[in-house]
Amino acid sequence: MASLVGSRVERKEDKRFLTGKGRYTADINIANQTYAVFIRSPHARAKIKKIDTSKALKSPGVVDILTGEHIAQDKIGGLIAGWAIRSEDNSEMKCPANPPLAKDNVNFVGDPIAVVFAESLDEAKAAAELVKIDYKVLKAVTSLADTMKSETIHDGIDKNLCYDWLLGDRQKVKEAFDKADKIIKLDITNNRLIPNAMEPRACVIDYNTASEEITCYTTSQNPHLSRLIMSAFGGVAPENKLRVVAPDVGGGFGSKINLYNEEIVCSWAAKKIERPIKWIADRTESFLTDTHGRDHITHAELAVTNDGKFLGFKNETIANLGAYARVFGTVTPTYLFGPCATGVYVMPAAYSNVKAVYTNTAPVDAYRGAGRPEATYTIERIVDKAAIELGMDPIEIRMKNFPTEFPFKQTLVHQVDSGDYIAGLKKAKEMADYDGFAARKKDSESRGKLRGIGVTTYFEACGIAPSPVVMMLGCGVGLWESAEVRFNPTGQVTVYTGSHSHGQSHQTTFAQIAADELGVPIENIDIVHGDTDKGTFGMGTYGSRSLTVGGIAIVNACKKIVAKGKRIAAKMLEASEEDVEFKDGEYVVAKSNKKKTIGEVAFASYLPGVRDEVKSPLPEGEEPGLIESSFFDPANFSFPAGSHIAEVEIDPETGNVKLDKYTAVDDFGTIVNPTIVEGQVHGGLAQGIGQALTENAEYDESGQLITASYMDYTMPRADNFPEFNLGFTCTKATTNPLGVKGCGEAGAIAAPPTVMNAVINALDGHEIQMPATAEKVWKACKEIKKTNAKAA
Amino acid sequence: MKKFNYHSAKDVKEASKIASSSSVFLAGGMTTLPSMKLGLASYKDVIDIKKIKKLSGIKVSGKIITIGATTKHTEVANSKEVKKAIPSLAALAEGIGDPQVRNRGTIGGSIANNDPAADYPSACIALNATIHTNNRKIDAEKFFRGMFETSLKSSEIIEAIEFNIPQKSSYQKLPNPASRYAIVGVYVAKHKSGTNVAVTGAKSCVYNEQDLAKALSKNFSSSAIDNIKISSSGMNSDIHASADYRANMVKAFAKKAVDAC
Ligand SMILES: Cc1cc2nc3c(=O)[nH]c(=O)nc-3n(C[C@H](O)[C@H](O)[C@H](O)COP(=O)(O)OP(=O)(O)OC[C@H]3O[C@@H](n4cnc5c(N)ncnc54)[C@H](O)[C@@H]3O)c2cc1C
Repeated sequence: MASLVGSRVERKEDKRFLTGKGRYTADINIANQTYAVFIRSPHARAKIKKIDTSKALKSPGVVDILTGEHIAQDKIGGLIAGWAIRSEDNSEMKCPANPPLAKDNVNFVGDPIAVVFAESLDEAKAAAELVKIDYKVLKAVTSLADTMKSETIHDGIDKNLCYDWLLGDRQKVKEAFDKADKIIKLDITNNRLIPNAMEPRACVIDYNTASEEITCYTTSQNPHLSRLIMSAFGGVAPENKLRVVAPDVGGGFGSKINLYNEEIVCSWAAKKIERPIKWIADRTESFLTDTHGRDHITHAELAVTNDGKFLGFKNETIANLGAYARVFGTVTPTYLFGPCATGVYVMPAAYSNVKAVYTNTAPVDAYRGAGRPEATYTIERIVDKAAIELGMDPIEIRMKNFPTEFPFKQTLVHQVDSGDYIAGLKKAKEMADYDGFAARKKDSESRGKLRGIGVTTYFEACGIAPSPVVMMLGCGVGLWESAEVRFNPTGQVTVYTGSHSHGQSHQTTFAQIAADELGVPIENIDIVHGDTDKGTFGMGTYGSRSLTVGGIAIVNACKKIVAKGKRIAAKMLEASEEDVEFKDGEYVVAKSNKKKTIGEVAFASYLPGVRDEVKSPLPEGEEPGLIESSFFDPANFSFPAGSHIAEVEIDPETGNVKLDKYTAVDDFGTIVNPTIVEGQVHGGLAQGIGQALTENAEYDESGQLITASYMDYTMPRADNFPEFNLGFTCTKATTNPLGVKGCGEAGAIAAPPTVMNAVINALDGHEIQMPATAEKVWKACKEIKKTNAKAA
Repeated sequence: MKKFNYHSAKDVKEASKIASSSSVFLAGGMTTLPSMKLGLASYKDVIDIKKIKKLSGIKVSGKIITIGATTKHTEVANSKEVKKAIPSLAALAEGIGDPQVRNRGTIGGSIANNDPAADYPSACIALNATIHTNNRKIDAEKFFRGMFETSLKSSEIIEAIEFNIPQKSSYQKLPNPASRYAIVGVYVAKHKSGTNVAVTGAKSCVYNEQDLAKALSKNFSSSAIDNIKISSSGMNSDIHASADYRANMVKAFAKKAVDAC
C-alpha cells in the first residue's frame, strides 16, 4: 500500500463546503429559542451612570433584559489573560477586571453593557433601542505612542502599563554595539489589523432544565478551553454540566481563540431565563469586538561590521493590548515576539524590550502569526536597511549571517532542531529569477514605472511546547494535545482529536496519517473534533500546532492500537509477538506467511470467543476492545523557515503599487498533503500582503473605529495578488515522528517584510510604513523626485 | 429591518401615484436595501419598479444612445451597441462594484442616488446627457445638485437617460481600495462642440472641471494640461485620500483618460 503522507488526497471537506452543506453555529436552531441583542457602548471611555430598562422591558416580545448588575449578583466571572508575564523589575503584570457585561465603566466602543432576549430578532433590536443609558463620557486614550503619558484608564494601572518586559542581556548588547563599525537604526509601526473571519462570531445555547446541562454551540478554535474557562473562571456551570460544541467554523485566524463576553453571558442567561438563546454577531459587531491583531511601535537597532557581519540587535517596542488583556494578548508581544526578533541569523547579543499598554480600543490578541510577523518584520526590515547602508546585496548580507550548523542555538531562547536556510534562499533566488531583475526594472522604467525587489528569510516557532516550559513562562495551561482512536468492531476507525478545524482540513490530513499508521483505507477513517462530549480534553487549534502536536497524538494513539493488535494477532496466529510483523494493515508471520488483517483483529478484540469452545483471541490479561488514547507533549517547538521574494511595480503618477511577482520557498519538514499546505500558504500570503499593502484598522481621537465596515477597511482581493510561485525544501523536524513543522502562519509572517522591502527598494530606500497605500507611495515618489532634482 | 409596505408597480403612473415623502423606489436595491438593513433608512412604502418593462432597455439612434432607467450595469457593460458607440460607457459599467452589484444595480438608481463617488454621474456630465422623467427632460448639468441630491421630486421617476455619442472618450478611475467606488474618476469626452472633463469622487458632487475642459477643447492632448494646477479647495478628504492627493489625481487621471482616447 502506498503511503498517503505526501500525496494530494482530495479534501474530505470539499463536498460539504462546496455544496453549501456545512453546518455552522448560525445553522443551528433550537425549538423555542430566544434571540439575543447586545447593547454596546457607543463611547470609547465612559462611566455608566444609570441604565433604565423599564420601557424596553415592556416592548413587544421581550423575554428579559440583563445587565452587569445581574452578572455581579450571580458572581459570574470575567474574561482573563491566559499568560502571566513579569516585568524586567520582576513585578507581575497588571490586568484590569473585565466583566462579561460592563457595570461601572466602558473602555472601548463595542464594550457590551446589557443584553436583550426576545421572541424574534427584530423585537430584540427594537427593544434594545429603548434601553436608556446615561454616561459620563471621559477622554479616550487612543494614541499608542502617547498612552503612557495619558490619563489612567483602569484604576491602579499606572501609565496604562501592563508590563515592561525584557528578554536578553542589555550589557552584552552594549558591549557588542561598542565594537560595531556601524549601527543601523529603524523606526517602524506594525499596523493594526482586523482578522475578518468570513463567519462572524455566534453562539446558540440550549439549557436542559431536567439534567441542568448547558450546551453552548459556538464559533471557537478551542471548545475544550472555552469550557474550562467558562467553568473555572466564569463560574457558569461545572464542566460536567457544560458542553461546548464548535461545529463548522468559518475561519478564526486567532480571533476565535478567545472565549468572549457573549458566550459567557448567553450560557449563563439560558439557565436564568430557562430558554434557549441564539446570538449572531453582525458585521459591525465583528469589526468592533473581535480581537484585533498586531499594533506595535518599534525602535530597532542592529550593530554591524563594515563587511556585513551582525554583532548585536535590540528593539524597544510598545505593544497595544487594547482595553483589556485577553487569552493570548499578553504572550503575543513577549514570548511569541521577542525570541524570533533576531531572525534566522547568528546574532552574538540581543535583547527585546516590550512595554504592553492599555488603550480605549478593542482588545488585541493573537492574529495569524501572533508576534512572529511583528518580529520578522522588525529584523527583516532592518537587515535590508543594513544592506542598503553598507551597499550590499540583500541576499549576500543574509547568506553571510546564516547559521551553517543545526541544531542552531538561536540567540534569545530557541534551540532550532533542523533547517537549511542557505538551500532555501538559493532555491528562492532561482525560482524568482533574481538575476533577471535588472532587465525587468529597465523594462518598467521604459514605461515610466518604478520596480523593486524584496527578500525575506524567516524562521518561526510554532506548536508551542513543552508544557512544563510553557507553564514556567507563565501560561495558565499546558500546551499538549490529545487524541483517541477507536477501532469499531466492523473495521472503521473513528479518530477523536482535541484540535479544531476551521479551515485547516483536519478531516483529510489527520485521516491520511491515521490511514498510514493503521493500514486502513482512508474512506474508513472519520475525524471527530469540536465537541467536549466527544473525545478527550484538547487544547485546540492556533499557532500552527494542529499537525505537529495534535497530529502526533493521533500517530501515537494509532501506534498503541497497532501494538495491542499485535499482541492479539500473535495469539490468534499462534506465533510469538516477535515473529509477527505489522505492514499495510496486516499482521504477518514471516515464517508461515499466516496473516490477519487489522480489521479481523479488531473484530476479534470485541467478540473474543467462538461457539462450542472456550477460546479467546485475547492473550491472558488483555482487555477486550481496540481503543487507545494519547496525550502528546512535544519536547520543543517546531521551527519552519523559508525565503520569500517579491517584486512590485509602482506608478509614480498615482502611487499605485502592483505586486507583480511573489515567490515563496518554505521548509515545513514533511508535507502530508501538498494541496492543503499550498492552500495554507496562499491564505497566509493573502493576509500578509494585505497587511503590507491595504489593511489598516484606524481609530479616531475619540476612539471611534473609522474602519468599521468593508467600505473603509481594505481587505485585499484576488486582483491584488499575482499568481503565487511556491516551492519547498525539506529538513525534517527531529522532535516528532513524522518530521512535520507548522505551515499555517508562514505566509502571514514572511509576506509583510518581503513586500515592504520590495516597495522600499523601488523607492530607492525611502522608508514608508505599512500599509503602502497609494497616497503614501505617491508622496514618497514626489519627495524622491525633489531630492533627485536637487542632487542634479 | 423595520416593517414596510411592498408594492410592485405595473406602470410608471401607478408607481408615481403611490410615491410620497416616506417612500422609496426599488430598482436594483443595491443602495436602498443595505441602508434599510443597517437601520440608516426606513420607509413606509417600497415601490418596486423592476416589473415596468418600458423602463428597461438600450436604444441607439443616430448620435444618441438611450438607456432605460432600470437597465442593469451588466447589461450596459455587455451591450454590443454601447460597446460600439461609446466603449468608455460600457467600460465604466464594467468597473462598478462587483458582479453581484452589477447584476442588480441600475443606471437610474445610480444617478437618482447621486453618490459623490458613483461612476455614472460623470458619464452623464461628460456625455451631455438628458435625463427623461415621467414629467420632463432635465439636462445633466442641472440634474446633479449636491451630495446625494438631485433635482428629482419625490414622486418623479427617471424613465431613461439619453447620452450624446462623442468623437472620443475615456473614463479613468482611481478606485477606493476598500469600496472600489471612485476616489477620483475622470470622464473625458471630446464632442464636436468641445471637450468635457467630468470628475466624480473628488468633491461633494460630480462636476465639469472647467480649466481642464477649456484647455483640452483647444488642444486635445495630455501635454495641453501639464501646466494647469488643480486646487484642492472643496475636495473631499478621508483616510484613503487627502484633498491634496485628490486634486493631483484629478489631473493625473485626466491625462490618463486623454492618453487612452
Ligand atoms: C458593494 C457595492 C459596491 C458598489 N460599487 C459601486 C461603484 O464602484 N461605483 C458606483 O457607481 N456604484 C457602486 N455601487 C452602487 C450601485 O452601483 C447601484 O447603482 C446603486 O446602489 C443604486 O442603484 P440601484 O438600482 O441599486 O438603486 P436602488 O437601491 O434600488 O435605489 C436607490 C435610490 O434611487 C431611487 N431610484 C431608483 N430608481 C429610480 C428611478 N427610476 N427614478 C427615480 N428614482 C429612482 C430610489 O428611490 C432610491 O432612493 C455599489 C453598491 C454596492 C452595494
